[in-house]
Amino acid sequence: MTTECVIEAVGVRKNYKGGTAGAGLNGFDLEVRAGTVTGLLGPNGAGKTTAVRILSTLLEMDSGTAAIAGYDVRRQGAEVRRRIGLVGQYAAVDEVLTGRQNLVMFGRLNHLGHAVAVKKADELLERFSLTAAAGQAVTKYSGGMRRRLDLAASLLVAPAVLFVDEPTTGLDPAGRIEVWNAVRQLVDGGTTVLLTTQYLEEADQLANRISMLKDGKVVAEGTPDELKTQLGSDWLDLVLADPAEVQRVVELAGPLADGEIRVTDVRVSVPVKDRTRALVTIANSLHEAKIEPEDITLRRPTLDEVFLQLTGPEVAA
Amino acid sequence: MTALGWALADSWAIARRTLTHWRNQPGLIVFNWFFPVLMLLMFGGLLGGAMDFPAGESYYELLVPGIFALAMLFGLEGTMTAVTTDKEKGVTDRFRSLPMSSTAVVMGRCIADMLDSVVTLVILAAVGLALGWRWHEGLPAALAAFGLLLLLRFALLWVGIFIGLTVKNPQSVTMVQVLVWPVGFLSSTFVATSTMPDWLGTVAQWNPLSSTATAARSLFGNPDPSSTATWIGTHAELAAVIAPLLLIAVFLPLSAHRFRTLSR
Repeated sequence: MTTECVIEAVGVRKNYKGGTAGAGLNGFDLEVRAGTVTGLLGPNGAGKTTAVRILSTLLEMDSGTAAIAGYDVRRQGAEVRRRIGLVGQYAAVDEVLTGRQNLVMFGRLNHLGHAVAVKKADELLERFSLTAAAGQAVTKYSGGMRRRLDLAASLLVAPAVLFVDEPTTGLDPAGRIEVWNAVRQLVDGGTTVLLTTQYLEEADQLANRISMLKDGKVVAEGTPDELKTQLGSDWLDLVLADPAEVQRVVELAGPLADGEIRVTDVRVSVPVKDRTRALVTIANSLHEAKIEPEDITLRRPTLDEVFLQLTGPEVAA
Repeated sequence: MTALGWALADSWAIARRTLTHWRNQPGLIVFNWFFPVLMLLMFGGLLGGAMDFPAGESYYELLVPGIFALAMLFGLEGTMTAVTTDKEKGVTDRFRSLPMSSTAVVMGRCIADMLDSVVTLVILAAVGLALGWRWHEGLPAALAAFGLLLLLRFALLWVGIFIGLTVKNPQSVTMVQVLVWPVGFLSSTFVATSTMPDWLGTVAQWNPLSSTATAARSLFGNPDPSSTATWIGTHAELAAVIAPLLLIAVFLPLSAHRFRTLSR
C-alpha cells in the first residue's frame, strides 16, 4: 500500500441478483500507480464494466475495499467523484445539445464559473479537433467524434484518475484510431488512466500495464511485453492423416516447442517463437520421417488461448 | 457556496439543459405544447355538437378545464421519456459520477417540466379564451385553479420520474403511455360522470384527474354537471389538494430511493 497508488482495490466482490455467472466481481484486486495507463483486458462478461462502475461510485460492492487517491469509494463518494473522470461504454453526452453546449453544461455541473466553463470548453474542443463541429448537435457527430467529446467532457476539471470504459467498442477502424490518438494525448499529459477493453491490440497500443480479467478476477498482470512472454507465442498447427503418427510428430516438434505441446485428436499444436525457422524445420523433419500431414498452419494466439494458457484447460469449450 | 446553494445552482444547470433542448428542437416542443390544443379542438369541434347542453351554454365551458387537467396528465409522458432516455443513454450515470448535488438531477427535471406545463396552460387558456371559454369568478380564483392544476402536474411528475427510473428502456415507456389514455378518459374530463354506468362513474369520480377538473371548473365558475350528491363530488376542492399530496408522499420518496440505488 504505497502512496503513489491512485487506485487500490482489494478483494472486491459483487454478485448481481440473478445475474449470469461471471458478470460480477469475484475477489478483484488492482493497484494502479499515478501517471500510468493500465489496461483492464478481458472478454465480455469478465466484470470490466462492473469494476469501473464500482470504482467510480456508481455501483455498490458487496464486500472488499477500494480507494481512489486514498479516498474510500464507499464512505467518501463525494471526495472520489471530485477526483475522477468517467468515459462510459456508451457516449454519455446529451445528443440534442451541441458539442459546446454539452461541455459548458458539464463544466457548470463541475462547479466552474460560466466564463471559465466556456473557456475550458473551447480549449478542449480545440484539443480534440472538434472546433469545427462545436456548434452542431451531437446527433450529427460520427461515433469517433462522440467518444472524443465524451473524453473532453471528462477532462473539464483535471481528474486524478480517468476511467475509460471500452472506448472503441462499436467504432469503425477510422473512429478507433481517432479515439486512440485522443487517449494517447491524455497519457502524454500525465493523466492516470484505467482503460477497459476486450481488444488485446488496444491494450497493447495504449497501456503501460495490463491486468487480465476473467470471471471477475485478475488472472495475470504485467507490462504488455511481460504478458506476451508469459502468454507464449505463435502456434504451429499440424493436422495428421493417421492418429498413429501423433506420438512421432510430438517427438519431432519437441525441440521447436516454446511451451507445452497440445494434442487434440489428430491435431498437434506447437507453441513456437521463431516462425519461419520452425515452419521450415518441421516441414523438413516430417519429410525425412515420411509423414504427410493434411495441413500445416502458422497462426497468432487468440485471446481465448491467452486465457486458456492463463487459467487452465477448463475454459477450452 | 453552501450545499443548498450548490444544489440550487446544479438544479438550474440541469433545468437549463431542457430549455436548451427546446431552443435546439423548437419544432418538437411546439408540437408538444399544441397537442392539447389539438385535443381541445377535436373534442370541442367534433363531439361538442353532439353534447346536450342548456341553451346558450357552450361545451367549451366544461371542456376547457377538463383539457387543462388532461394536459397535466399527458405531461407525465414527457417526464417518463426524458428520465428513461437519460438512464438508458448513460447521461444519468455521467451526472452521478460528477461532484454535483445528487438531488439536482431530479430537481432540474422537475423545474423544466413545471415550466413546460406553465407554457402549456398559457397556450391552452389563450386558445380557450378565443373559443369563448371564460373564468367568471375573478382572477384570484382563476389563479387558484391554475395552482391546483400545477399541483396535480407536480404530483404526476414524481410518478413519471419513478416509472422512468424503473422501466428497462424507452420502448417500455410506450406501453405505459398507452395506459395513460384510459386514465385520462376515465374521468370527468370530457363528459359528466353521471352519464356513465354507475360503477364506472364512481371510479371516474374518484380519479384524481376528475377532482382537479371539477375543482378547477368550480373556481373558474364553469358548469360541472358531474357534481352529483356523492362525497367526492361535493368535496372536489379538498380532493384536488389531498390526492396530489398523497401521490407526492408516495412517489417522491420512492423516486429518491430508486435514484440513489440505480443499478445496484
